This record gives sequence, C-alpha cells and structure tokens, in this order.
Amino acid sequence: MFFTYLRRELAGRRRQTAIVAVGMALAIALVMIVNAVSGGVRDAQAAVLESVYGVGTDLTVSQAPTAPGEGEGPSGGVRFEFGQDDGATDDDGTTALSNSRLTAGPGSSTFDASTLDAVLEVDGVAAASATLSLTNVTFDGELPQRPTDQAAGDQAASGDAGAPAPGEGGAGGGFGGGNFDVTSVTVTGVDPAAEAIGPLSAVELADGRGLDSGDAGEYVVVLDAEYATTEGVAVGDAIELGGTEFEVVGTVTSTSADAATASNAYIPLDVAQALSGMDGQVSDISVQAASASDIPAVKADLEEALPDQTVSTQEDLAASVSGSLGSASSLISSLGLWLSIAVLAAAFLIAILFTIQGVTRRTREFGTLKAIGWSDRRIVGQVAGESLVQGLIGGAAGLALGFIGIAIINAISPSLATTSSPLAAGAEGAGGPGGFGGGGPFAAAQETTEVVLNAPVTLGVVALAVGLAVVGGLLAGAIGGWRASRLRPAEALRSVA
Amino acid sequence: MYTLENVTKTYRQKERTIHALKDVSLSIPTGQLVAIQGPTGGGKSTLLQMLGALDRPTSGRIALGEADLSGMPDTKLGRIRATEIGFVFQGFNLIPTLTAQENVETAIEPLGVAADERRRRATEALASVGLGDRAHHVPSELSGGQQQRVAIARALVKEPDVLLADEPTGNLDEQTRDEIMDLLEGLHRDRGLTLVIVTHDSAVARRAERRLHLTHGTVTERA
Repeated sequence: MFFTYLRRELAGRRRQTAIVAVGMALAIALVMIVNAVSGGVRDAQAAVLESVYGVGTDLTVSQAPTAPGEGEGPSGGVRFEFGQDDGATDDDGTTALSNSRLTAGPGSSTFDASTLDAVLEVDGVAAASATLSLTNVTFDGELPQRPTDQAAGDQAASGDAGAPAPGEGGAGGGFGGGNFDVTSVTVTGVDPAAEAIGPLSAVELADGRGLDSGDAGEYVVVLDAEYATTEGVAVGDAIELGGTEFEVVGTVTSTSADAATASNAYIPLDVAQALSGMDGQVSDISVQAASASDIPAVKADLEEALPDQTVSTQEDLAASVSGSLGSASSLISSLGLWLSIAVLAAAFLIAILFTIQGVTRRTREFGTLKAIGWSDRRIVGQVAGESLVQGLIGGAAGLALGFIGIAIINAISPSLATTSSPLAAGAEGAGGPGGFGGGGPFAAAQETTEVVLNAPVTLGVVALAVGLAVVGGLLAGAIGGWRASRLRPAEALRSVA
Repeated sequence: MYTLENVTKTYRQKERTIHALKDVSLSIPTGQLVAIQGPTGGGKSTLLQMLGALDRPTSGRIALGEADLSGMPDTKLGRIRATEIGFVFQGFNLIPTLTAQENVETAIEPLGVAADERRRRATEALASVGLGDRAHHVPSELSGGQQQRVAIARALVKEPDVLLADEPTGNLDEQTRDEIMDLLEGLHRDRGLTLVIVTHDSAVARRAERRLHLTHGTVTERA
C-alpha cells in the first residue's frame, strides 16, 4: 500500500514532482561541479607545489632576502671579469669571450647550513634536507677590434651587472657591434643522500640514474629532461656549470605531467656550495613532519628555534601560487561555495514549501485517513517517503546533469596560468636576460606555468550528490510530515466540511 | 452500544466560546438506525465526531460498549476507529489518486492485513455495493453515487460494529439518494449494523427507526 500510494501520488502530481526534482537536480549538479572543479584546482595546486617543494614536504625553512645595507653595492648582480688572456682574438681583431658563473639563485637568500641540525633537533621533525638554489649565468660573446687607439690599459672587458641594460633577448649591447649572449640555467644543490624529501622527491627518473650518497663531492649532474632535450644533451655527455665540467648522469621529469621540475640541473650540495663560493650556506630546508597533525606544532617550534628564518607550511606555500590558478581557487572557494549553498538552500526551501503546500492541500485526505484509523506515524512515513523519492529523482537527475557538466569542463580542459615562488623558476632561463642590470630580470624570476584544469569525479562527489538528495528529501518530508501529524482528524474534516 | 452522559463540547473561536453540545445524555442500542437532524450549527456533526472517536468531549462521558472514549489516548482512539467504526462523508472523501479498489484497501491498511487478503476483501466489498466492475477506476472517473458507494465499501470492508454517515446523500440527486439509502438500510438490516445518519433531508430521516433533533447543542427525541 505504501509504495502504491506513493507511486500514485507522485504520478498524479507530476507538476509538483517535476518542480521539486528540477530544483534539487540543479542544486545538486551545481554542488557536484563546484566540488569537482574545486578538487581539480586543489590537484593543480598540489601538482605545482609538489614540483617546487617535493613530495612529502610539510614545511620549508628559508630566509627572506634582506635589503642591502648602507654602503653595500647592489646585490644579486652577476659580475664577469675577463683577463687579458681570456679571449681568443682572430685575424680581424674580433675577440671571443666566454665565462660562466654559478651564483645564488635570484631572489633567494642563504643562511648557515648548521640550521639543518637545529631543524632536525626539533620534536616532530621526521626528516629534513637542505638545498642551495643557484643560477649558472654564462656570458658568451665577441668583442670587435676597437676602431681607435683607445684600447689601452689591461684590456679587461667587464660585463658589469650594474651597467645600463643594453637591450633584451640576450643579444645586443656591447660597443661597436659587439655581440653578447647571456644565458642562465637554474641549478639546485641537493643532498645526494636525501631521496625521500626535497626537490628530487618530486621527480621521476627519465634516463640514467639519480644522485646518491656516493656522489658527494663529485662533479656529476642530473638534468631536467626537458632542458636536456632543449640543449641537446644526453646522459654521459658533459656540460659546464660555473666554469667546471660536469658529467650528466641522469635526466628526470616531473611526476606531474602539468609542471616542469623545480630546476634545470641538480648537483651535489657540497659541490654547489664550493663552486658558488658559498661554503656552509643553504637557501632552503625541506622538512617532513612525523605526522600531519604535528605540522602546526612543528611550525611553531621551528619558528621559535629559528627566529631569523621563515617557516612555511604547504598552506602558506599554496598562497604563493597565484595567477589564474590562484584566482580560480579563490573564485571557487568563495563564489562557488556560496553559490552552491544558496542554490541548495533555495532547492531545499522549494522542496519544503511544496511539501507543506501539498500537506495543506491534502488536509481532507489526511483527515479522512486518520478518521479511518491511520496512525500519525503511518501518515508521516507516507509524506516523508514521497518527499524522499522526489529528492532521489532530483538527485538522479542532478547526478546526470553534474556528470554532463563535469564532462564538458573536462572536454574543454581550461588551462590555468600559475605563478609560483622563485624556487619554481626552473624552466627556460636560456635565451638571455635582457641586460645585466642589477639582476633585474632575475629578481622577479617567477615562473608562469600553464596547468590544465581537470574536474575529477570521485566517489565522494557522487556520495555528496546522493547524500544531498536524501537530506533534502528527508528534510522536506520531515517538516511536511510533522505538519500532517499535527492535523487533528475532527478539525481536518471540519475545515473542509 | 453507545452511552453518553452529560456530554458537553465547547470550542474557542477567536474571542467567543461556542457551546456545540450542552449536557447531552442518551444511549444508542446495538443495531439501531438513528437519524440526527437539526439546523446548521446545531451540533450534529460535533455529536457525530464524538460518536466516531474523532474528538473528546470537554466534559461528560461517552462510551462505546465498554470502552470509555472520553478519556482514551489518541493512539487507542485511532485503534477503535480502525476496527469498530466506519465513516461515510457527504463529500465522499476518497483519495483522488487511488483507484476504487485501492481506496477501499486504505481502510484495512491499519489492521496489518496481508496484501492478498486486503485485495480480496476490497474486491468483495466493492462487489457488495454493486461496483465490482469499477474497481480500477479513480474517483474522477466515477459518478457521485458511485463514489459514495466506494466510500460505503471502504467503511464496510473492515466489518465495523458502527457506521456513522454525515449527510451521505447531501451531494446526490433524489434517485441516487434513494439507491444509497436502500443500500445502507440493507447493510443495517443484513449485518445488524448500528447506523447513525446525520441528515437535513426529512425523506432520509423518515426511514430511520429513531430520530433525534439537535438545536443549539441540545438533543430532543422526535417521534
């Protein structure tokens, strides 16, 4: 009888059933889409962050760059000095010059490596690994023969980073038709023994091998596969970094298909420190907490132990991801969420109002049923059952609509631009900076990456849709049923007599 | 069957107190056909609701057999209605989305009768009121007289001791009225039902064994 009555009521009141179901369907579809897109944005953020900071990194310790003190020169510039014998002069008097410098990474600041020991002593720290972010800048060019006898003195040609910027694109500048190329490569010094944490934990080996503990002190390098391809370098070849030849022992790719690895080249930390003249210095420490719940406490302890350094959690780091990915994230977390809540509330309200209206319209019906002996519980059950089924119909339609919406988003695959922190500036630094003034192009060396947005359909999203349909139906049914149960049969029959 | 002792029923309507029944005392023996007449607002329907365990008196006592309806909780009153009392209403009060068969089945739904048994009894009840061939029609596909027959079948399917009818012929033409009254009289006679009919229609009232008149909440016997 319950199902017969339920079926007849829903079929007999198609318009009400359709309105409630459509309202629920739209709300549920919207919640599904917002939830799926939100998951996609989270995944994209995580992919970007992982590529930068490594898998499993819960916190990072770094030091904010400080403004140069009074009397100090401009910082961050790269100075090339060429001695008289550095260039090779050919017959027409043109002098070919080439020099390579390994210096501190743009926008980064270094601190004492002993900080790592202090980090490891903090309770709740499971692992930590230090890195040194460097940039290898290569000056490569030709100086023509000077037209006059100004060529006096020691003939030292100086490409001073403080000089006025001659132009962009890595060419131009110089005097009398000189031709310079300045190329930069991001180099990260990593602890070769630390595989589980740090930048190399977020990469996959493409060819050769990774760094291991035996590589300490060795002139070996692992290259980003994309960079290696661009440069035409393979495992076994040699490349020059900081004026020193390194053997390429492996190439790596990002575990995320959407992002490049953090750096063009990875070399042993001690070698990086020695070549850059920064012995005992590091720029970042990746920290893994013993458990996720410990992260806030570990952060607080680290901040206390390291007052001069900046300690950031993944959440803090997420804030460093900006661009349209950041905009999408904030759009979804604010507008999307509130829009979903508003539409959901409206759908629930419609369902409740229609149920109450239905109960009011069926006053005589329920009064009659009570008069012939139906219990309050039986009538509440009937009303709640009808509402629940209406909600489930809406839920099924919403699920279908949500899947279609998500499929459309995935078919379009909108790409989002993301700009992340300086350490992420791993990609193509080549091509030459536009001049060598004050480290200008490097100081703002933030990398813009295109990330394809996918809206994943998870079991959670489906469960959410079904759950909302059930909750909406039960809520409307409970309120409608409560109204029906309050009808006194005599009054119900009298009111329509 | 029914015993009413000093039954009073008052309602609050905004600022006014309505005395629907005033100190009514009467008894209705088992198997009697009683007609209740009186002007609109005289208390007829209120009295019928008291008899039908749909409401309790403000004061006084009303008993159906040994059961004191005046002090009984709602759940027990519901049980009494489900098992012992059948109702027929002026407006038929059928559920518009259910078929005649399903409408009749609603009356035995609270008794926990198995589905097959429920269907069999509903079919028999419909056949007994001459609507065996209309079992699968919804109310809107039936005439007024047919709808009232379905309502009577619904009242009878649980085999009650009492049938209470509130203006059962009020919405029907004369010919249909007579057919319905013939049906009710036959059921009263054949099954020994106690039948209480509230009516404005003197032609209907004349067919009763006993006639009560209710004016301003007070009952008087009519010859």
